[in-house]
Amino acid sequence: MLPRSNAIRFAIFAGIVFAAVMPLFLTSWTTLVALILAKGIVVLGIIILLQAGQVSFGHAMFFAIGAYAAAFWGRRFGGADLAFLIVLGPLCATIFGILVGLFVVRYREIFFSMLNLAFSMVLWSLLEKMYHYTNGADGIRVPRPTFLGMAFSPDAFQYVLLYLTLALAIAATWAVQRYLDSPLGHMLRAIKANETRLEYLGMSARRVLLCGYVASAFLAGLGGVLVAVAQQIATPEFGFWTKSGEFVFIAILGGSANALGAFAGAAVFEIVRFFAAAKLANTWQLILGLVLIIIILFAPNGLIGLWQKKKMQDGRAP
Amino acid sequence: MSRNKSQGLAVAARMNSTILVLATLDGLSYAALVFLVSVGLSLIFGVLRVVNVAHGSLYAYGAYMAATLSMIVAPISPWLTYPALLVASILVGVIIGGLMERFLLRPVYGRDDVLQLLITFAVFMIMDNLQRLIWGVQPIFASEPLKLLPNVSLFGVTYTSYQVILLPLIAIAALFGLRYFLRYTLAGAVILAVTEDREAATAIGIDAKKVYITTFMIGATLAALGGALASPTTSLVPGMGTDMIVLSFAVAATAGLGQIEGTAVTALLIGLARAFVIYIQPEFEVLVPYLIMVLVLLVRPMGLFGVNHVRKI
Repeated sequence: MLPRSNAIRFAIFAGIVFAAVMPLFLTSWTTLVALILAKGIVVLGIIILLQAGQVSFGHAMFFAIGAYAAAFWGRRFGGADLAFLIVLGPLCATIFGILVGLFVVRYREIFFSMLNLAFSMVLWSLLEKMYHYTNGADGIRVPRPTFLGMAFSPDAFQYVLLYLTLALAIAATWAVQRYLDSPLGHMLRAIKANETRLEYLGMSARRVLLCGYVASAFLAGLGGVLVAVAQQIATPEFGFWTKSGEFVFIAILGGSANALGAFAGAAVFEIVRFFAAAKLANTWQLILGLVLIIIILFAPNGLIGLWQKKKMQDGRAP
Repeated sequence: MSRNKSQGLAVAARMNSTILVLATLDGLSYAALVFLVSVGLSLIFGVLRVVNVAHGSLYAYGAYMAATLSMIVAPISPWLTYPALLVASILVGVIIGGLMERFLLRPVYGRDDVLQLLITFAVFMIMDNLQRLIWGVQPIFASEPLKLLPNVSLFGVTYTSYQVILLPLIAIAALFGLRYFLRYTLAGAVILAVTEDREAATAIGIDAKKVYITTFMIGATLAALGGALASPTTSLVPGMGTDMIVLSFAVAATAGLGQIEGTAVTALLIGLARAFVIYIQPEFEVLVPYLIMVLVLLVRPMGLFGVNHVRKI
């Protein structure tokens, strides 16, 4: 999957160092970087499904399930430990992933997208309308959790969350890379290339896709917990279809052929949103939309693809 | 949306029969609007194999453009607002739809399906922001055409004839117009030929590019027409397109993408189901279309009226 070139290794290293060190100097960026990493984790899941040629337009549902798991737990029991929440959220998302996955992996392409969309919209309307349990559109506040039994001040907690998210992002990227390099990952790509042949080899395409689907639900749930904790709230918006679109958007923006693209895409997306929203209201979608169109029309392999191409050209130059 | 304006609401005593009639009329006028938007989406998918995520934005632009034009022509004669609705939707459909197909979709035909989906998603994002920049975020009201037509009384319920007569009539006209166009005219036959087999159609001299752009314009105009006709019955707010797109997805997918008559039946089904739920259990109103969609797709992934062979495995 990931070309094992020195250039990529360097980029990974530089990215990690940047994410780890820079917030120490720019305090206001701490939460932003944590959000980028958390979104990147969700997008890793989208990239897994894209390997099989399937686009889920409903993955925000697992993102929302992770977020609401943390929110419900916090409301029911007053507080929680972050170490526990990052297990709880993905666990809930995984269970839902298996249940929904059992249905959706029977379908491909547009039917797969549509069915995911339908499931996510059912969840969204329940979150929005079951006011009694979910507070409706206002969402549920997620109280600041402790971490490993220690309570932190808001400032210190920002850093705890950042470094935890960074560690999880590294672990998730490594795991996804291993998964995609494994026979199971190759079979996933075989679904895109030629599903009938895969079946003739004696493999169950549905089971292969289900593994990928559940893995992606797990990652979305993890990202959902982290974002809910970082923003201290979970709202139905987390599960709306535009959120699902955003994740697919980020995957294509970064370049879906590469796990690293998830984080490159998420960084560009969140930074544009952060600055455009601060400077000019109502323009961040406009700018991102234009960027996406340019990427699709002129750089089909995403930002990472652009960067690799440039590297290759530089390499050839005398 | 129609229930806000339904004049009968005040009179709606807790009599069951009244509620029954009200819900039916609500559902009918709502289904008419949803049908126009969904059938446009379905037509575009049927021919171009593209799911147009920006379809809801075209609906919203149709509504806003209609409101703007209505405000311009209303001082001359309020009756001019009716042609204004039509002109607005054609303007939006032909100009925005045409530009989208020509410059954004045409370069990505034959590439990954996800890119086509995403490029329309990008258009949705751009149009959503532009709409806020052009028309602002305050609600806009343009109920002129609604007030001009008299109210009608049906089974003891008073309702605007715009909603219970004009809207369904236009929807039926669109349905039969499309049927006639696709089955009995040369242009329609050409579109069907390209849908069936693009290469063979090109080989006998059909300009597939022209067919694609025409179809997209027709589909976009239908979405804009839905919006323009909805504009007198509701307040125009940011986000109206965002809600409409998933709803029309739900209707088109439940019917089976590319099924025109099926879309009409499904729009009626979902419109009525939603209207009855509003009177019985209002909080589940939003849930209804998606629940129907999930249930139908689980049993029949090709939709209620879809044909089986679309599935690969």
